[in-house]
Amino acid sequence: MKHLRPVIGATALALGLAGAAIAQEPLKVGFVYVGPVGDFGWSYEHDQGRLAVEEHFGDAVETSFVESVPEGADAERVMTQMALSGHDLIFTTSFGYMDPTINVAAKFPDVKFEHATGYKRADNVSTYSARFYEGRAVIGTIAGRMTETNKIGYIASFPIPEVIRGINSAYLHARKVNPDVEFRIVWVYTWFDPAKEADAANALIEQGVDVIMQHTDSPAAMTIAEERGIMAFGQASDMLQFGPTARLSSIIDDWAPYYIDRVQAVMDGSWESTDTWDGIAPGMVAIGAFSDRVPAEVQAEAQAITDAIVAGDYHPFTGPVNRQDGSVWLAEGEVADDGVLLGMDFYVEGIEGEIPN
Amino acid sequence: MMDLSGIDPLVLLASLMVASTPILLAAIGELVAERAGVLNLGVEGMMITGAICGFAIAVETGSPLAGFLAAAAGGAVLSLIFGLLTQIFLSNQVATGLALTLFGLGLSAMLGQDYAGIKPPATGKTSLPVLSDLPVLGRVLFQHDMMVYVSLALVALIWWTLKYSRAGLILRAVGENHDAAHALGYKVVRIRLLAIAVGGACAGLGGAYLSLVRVPQWTEGMTAGAGWIALAIVVFASWKPWRVVLGAYLFGGVTVLQLNLQAAGVDIPVEYLSMSPYVITIVVLVIISSDRSRAALNAPASLGKVFHATD
Repeated sequence: MKHLRPVIGATALALGLAGAAIAQEPLKVGFVYVGPVGDFGWSYEHDQGRLAVEEHFGDAVETSFVESVPEGADAERVMTQMALSGHDLIFTTSFGYMDPTINVAAKFPDVKFEHATGYKRADNVSTYSARFYEGRAVIGTIAGRMTETNKIGYIASFPIPEVIRGINSAYLHARKVNPDVEFRIVWVYTWFDPAKEADAANALIEQGVDVIMQHTDSPAAMTIAEERGIMAFGQASDMLQFGPTARLSSIIDDWAPYYIDRVQAVMDGSWESTDTWDGIAPGMVAIGAFSDRVPAEVQAEAQAITDAIVAGDYHPFTGPVNRQDGSVWLAEGEVADDGVLLGMDFYVEGIEGEIPN
Repeated sequence: MMDLSGIDPLVLLASLMVASTPILLAAIGELVAERAGVLNLGVEGMMITGAICGFAIAVETGSPLAGFLAAAAGGAVLSLIFGLLTQIFLSNQVATGLALTLFGLGLSAMLGQDYAGIKPPATGKTSLPVLSDLPVLGRVLFQHDMMVYVSLALVALIWWTLKYSRAGLILRAVGENHDAAHALGYKVVRIRLLAIAVGGACAGLGGAYLSLVRVPQWTEGMTAGAGWIALAIVVFASWKPWRVVLGAYLFGGVTVLQLNLQAAGVDIPVEYLSMSPYVITIVVLVIISSDRSRAALNAPASLGKVFHATD
């Protein structure tokens, strides 16, 4: 039923790029977003990064973006159009842009590409992501302490490693402080659909959930949490204005320093294909202020985890941890290696339900 | 075994109606336009425009009712741009409709800049007297916000008008054969402009239902494809009002049901659950429409065709 949407994306591109002018050869930097820049979540924060690049470099750069680009073939058209229109560096900011990015990059070896949250690289394709699971460890701890029904709801987008990692990290840390905690996971199969995210939040609340976490891009779940008097966490963005009472804390993405670095590298001619995966310590992931609702001792506990992660003393995936089927994943004291984390396709022990294919 | 004990059917039915109403409103409006022979693919754009117009006015006036009226007006005004281009300047309806969606998405993002993170006034539940006191049924069917009733009343009105009234007969004549209607002296362009405006107003109401009731917030692009679902439902319902209701309620209902099944931890593979709204809606509507071998002929014969008065 959505077959008409590619047409829109392509037309949006034509309209969006028509305005790009060629001045005295500023570096042209393009951004491809999966949602609208006004989603107040994921795409919003990437666009904040873009604005920071403009602010930092002034006339030396020219940025453009195309928003609400569906993952898949349509993304490929948008990227091709960007490359053809003289962009030097293109950031593609959703997991589903992975193959399109690789395909288009192969056709334009002189254009640099940066793909967020994927794992495929090429000479002119870097990847970058944030260790959101570090943030999940912190808010998982808070959720485990704050829930009264011992049921925590999780609105998940697509069954990809990044999302599964987040669920596992949040669950492990919630259970650590509250052994009775139970996770209810709803897969909505979309990054951005406020109505569906709201429906999912309502469905979870009907099941007795009193804390909601989300791995989708809009503040809809926060709004529902506020309306129905339960608790939630800001995702990607702080989202405080959507849930002044409901919001306990948030995981905030900060892409600006990375974007500025990479643009600088292209200008200097020092850009090369890299794989960046930064967490709380370098500042790519930030924990939003704790709500007054969170008791001081819980705040201290959450802060202690944050500090330990920053100091490098603690890794959120430290054994003993078993897989859902009871087999040992991490032995006592063992720390997960990035390879396994990047391909994570299993739940840890205690989570109910199956990961969809 | 499937354990459905965790799901309260009454609550489920109530949320089903909430989830279905935006699509129903948009689809029934599009049905009017299409029965008049106009294919307006700008439903998504009109919905999102209605969503922000309704939200902004509801916030500014404190009245959800004013918001819904503004949403209908906003959707209608936007649709008349389409009407002007396609009916007066004879532009291509498909291209113009797509452009209208883009325009609506952009316009709404601009209008909505100051409205993110604001809480709209609550749209209260309207209990229908006597009926809402009925046991069980009363709670499920007669204790919703006014727009749920308005949407169903609109369907009834449109069904009756199309089927039994002279105005409906003329509208259908224009949609089936605009040259013949014109020869009989009917103002084809004027009638189509009216039908387009009705379609825009309904889509606007559907959008406002999203931003004022279903999510209550303003976020750019928040219709997220609902307009396209509405368009598809009109076709699969073979342009019949009550089938549109069935389609919208099936789609909304199965969407909500599958989310509830997931939340309740029912042991059905999620991939089947998440595709079920699309599959079930299409299959059911195709089956009920296939009992007549001429189902395809239900499409208004002049749908999407340019009318140029030649006398």
